[in-house]
Amino acid sequence: MATSKTVTTEHTRRDFLYIATASVGAVGAAAAAWPLISQLNPDASVLALSSTEVDLSPIAEGQIITVKWQGKPVFISHRTKKEIESAQSVKLSELPDPQADSDRVKKGKDEWLVVIGICTHLGCVPLGHEGEYNGWFCPCHGSVYDTSGRIRKGPAPLNLAVPPYEFTSDKAIKIG
Amino acid sequence: MRKTALLIAAAALFGSVVSTQATEGHIVIQRQPWSFAGPFGTFDRAQLQRGYRIYKDVCSACHAMKLVSFRNLAQPGGPGFSEAQAKTVAADYKITDGPNDKGEMFERPGRVSDHFPSPDPNEQAARARFNGAYPPDLSVIAKARGVEAGLPRGLIDIITQYQEGGPDYLYALLTGYGKPPAGETIGDTQHWNRAFPGHRISMPPPLSDGQVEYTDGTPATVDQYARDVAAFLMWAAEPHLEARKRIGFQVMIFLIIFAGLAYYTKKKVWADLH
Amino acid sequence: MSHSDFQPKNPALQWIERRLPIFSMAHGSFVSYPVPRNLNYWWTFGGILAFMLVVQIVTGIVLVMHYTPTTAEAFDSVEKIMRDVNFGWLLRYIHANGASMFFLAVYIHIFRGLYYGSYKEPREVLWILGVIIFVLMMATAFMGYVLPWGQMSFWAATVITNLFSAIPGVGKAITQLLWGGYSVDQPTLQRFFALHYLLPFMIAGVVGLHIWALHHVGQGNPAGIDVKSDRDTIPFTPYATVKDNFALICFMILFAWFVFYIPNYLGHPDNYIPANPLQTPPHIVPEWYFLPFYAILRAIPNKLMGVLALFAAILVLAFLPWLDTSKVRSARFRPLYKQFFWVLVVVCIGLGYLGAKPAEGAYVIIARILTAYYFLHFLVILPVLGYFETPKPLPKSISEPVLGKNGAAAGIGARAPEKN
Repeated sequence: MATSKTVTTEHTRRDFLYIATASVGAVGAAAAAWPLISQLNPDASVLALSSTEVDLSPIAEGQIITVKWQGKPVFISHRTKKEIESAQSVKLSELPDPQADSDRVKKGKDEWLVVIGICTHLGCVPLGHEGEYNGWFCPCHGSVYDTSGRIRKGPAPLNLAVPPYEFTSDKAIKIG
Repeated sequence: MRKTALLIAAAALFGSVVSTQATEGHIVIQRQPWSFAGPFGTFDRAQLQRGYRIYKDVCSACHAMKLVSFRNLAQPGGPGFSEAQAKTVAADYKITDGPNDKGEMFERPGRVSDHFPSPDPNEQAARARFNGAYPPDLSVIAKARGVEAGLPRGLIDIITQYQEGGPDYLYALLTGYGKPPAGETIGDTQHWNRAFPGHRISMPPPLSDGQVEYTDGTPATVDQYARDVAAFLMWAAEPHLEARKRIGFQVMIFLIIFAGLAYYTKKKVWADLH
Repeated sequence: MSHSDFQPKNPALQWIERRLPIFSMAHGSFVSYPVPRNLNYWWTFGGILAFMLVVQIVTGIVLVMHYTPTTAEAFDSVEKIMRDVNFGWLLRYIHANGASMFFLAVYIHIFRGLYYGSYKEPREVLWILGVIIFVLMMATAFMGYVLPWGQMSFWAATVITNLFSAIPGVGKAITQLLWGGYSVDQPTLQRFFALHYLLPFMIAGVVGLHIWALHHVGQGNPAGIDVKSDRDTIPFTPYATVKDNFALICFMILFAWFVFYIPNYLGHPDNYIPANPLQTPPHIVPEWYFLPFYAILRAIPNKLMGVLALFAAILVLAFLPWLDTSKVRSARFRPLYKQFFWVLVVVCIGLGYLGAKPAEGAYVIIARILTAYYFLHFLVILPVLGYFETPKPLPKSISEPVLGKNGAAAGIGARAPEKN
């Protein structure tokens, strides 16, 4: 019969082996599970379309176009001087979601408004050049947005979201 | 003992059957050295770039490669173009897009997310252009062709990890043009090729010495072109080859260690039974 | 069902246990469950098969998230998985090579059964459930191979579905029913997709019955003699658990070798050519695991008889418990049968080799000889052998060769499996 000292050492050595095997097994299981989770993420072809480049030169002053970005509609409005002025002259305290127009456009490029065309109420696509402020009007539940895409009336809680974008040249932008 | 004798007898029987068939019109494809062969194989970036030149300047006139995207040129494990270079490559191509707001299809410069456009709008148009022959899409051609290994070579290939039958065949094909043997005739719409099954191929010899200029000093010969474009096509067919082998090595090491631990665990657990 | 007196210590688990005795069932089936102490590594393949079924189902489900079952897009969607989906290449290669590994394991499992008489009383139903699983596996694999819609996918589907036209009278109607049209086309692809997703879950159900049937009578063992006392058995956990685990990891090394280094070795290059109904490949070849049956099919010159021979070659296995008349289970103690067993192994490998060859010349002659021998083995040799063979003397018990006649070492016993 083994001495108690040997028994204790054997227990420790045996336990170490079992712990080592189980840990290595756990690491292996995690490593094997990772690709199964990762494949759910957008694949390379979707990621490639994660940004959209838009040439602004064909858009006339006063015109709003809709482009698709990441499957969502994006309104690009080439604003007239009147539209810019009415957007800039609003008192922020009047706005349900206060935000200055200058915070919603690029510096020196305030004739260009780029907003995601999804109503912040329940997700319908608002209609351009409609509504009391000549901005957008959402036909689903009557939300009214101004020429800066900010919510003015109706159930929508927030302004139309501004997507990440930047000017790649004077007349072109890259969204996303 | 009896069992072994039986197995050897069976193998000899089949071996003899194989060799009688092997000599009748059997095409032998030579195996070539490839940088991406073996467990630690990788693509030679410069070779992939040269191979891409060959595809672009020679093959793309007739062959599509629609499963490959311009962005693949810039991804790791490939020819190693930069994002900007891939964008330039894409922009040189005209891609049909649409319909526009008028309902018409239109052409625009390629974007990096586009796939390589096909030289013909569809298979029928291609066949009309080439007397009924269809230049196959080259996206997976390096995996769609192979080399018959027979026995026992086929079993040895499991150990040596031979997966380069496609590139070996493509190299043999591109360098295999020649005159038909004495007594055999061939029409003018076909060409005699040593490697092609049946030896009569509709594709005229696509490569000739000095056809494409290599700027890095690599010899501009048919032999080199064939190697480079075969390597490029292997990448086109298996863009994740390098990652696969790299992860494979990690997995094998892990499993061997794990097997060792599992073995000793088993031995330890079973030790107290006797 | 293996019951155990196990009670979980945790009160929450006890609450569940009183309402659904899942913990005592798990304990009784996989922890305290007694297994013969003399099992060798050929007995680890059941666990390996269960693992492979899980691997195929899991990888299959994630692949379906990206696959499109239309003739226009199937091939390209598989390539999209290979190129764009995160780790898509890995998942696809695991699934494709996993099918081969599944069949490798099942053939070893079957031949283990043939050698050790695992199909004999009282394991006949266990065996037949296994044959059912095997047939379901073949159907699943066949349909799965069609889904990438390559040249081999399409033409293998055409050849095999055309077999049904050999049935006199209703053959053509049945074939059109299977196709959903006048040839293999979109309806065929789509229904194969639906059934390929369904069948593995049916396999899982039959596997449940298979394990139930096994646990009811207990494992066979290499000596082929019944468990006689607790000294003959050891509890499944930890002994069989750690052994199965080790064997599984070794199996995974072989699996990984194929997946990472030679992922297309077992496939056919022609399946990387998109399906073309107007052009047949020079040699239509099924995947390697079907080759022996393919050889048998082509060996018979008559179309209908060839089809019947193909199905008979599989179904003959179901009758094995009654065809083999020997009272001795294990080939260890059957010197004559042992030799015929190995001849059968060589014959099956030979048939597999011939299945890949063109049906010409010497290949055809040898295929016919081997096919005849295959049926001879099951229908003539096995029944006759039971009467003529003098078996070697059987040991008195399982533990006797291990523990000695005195039963010296205090082996870890376990309750013998219940016998009703």
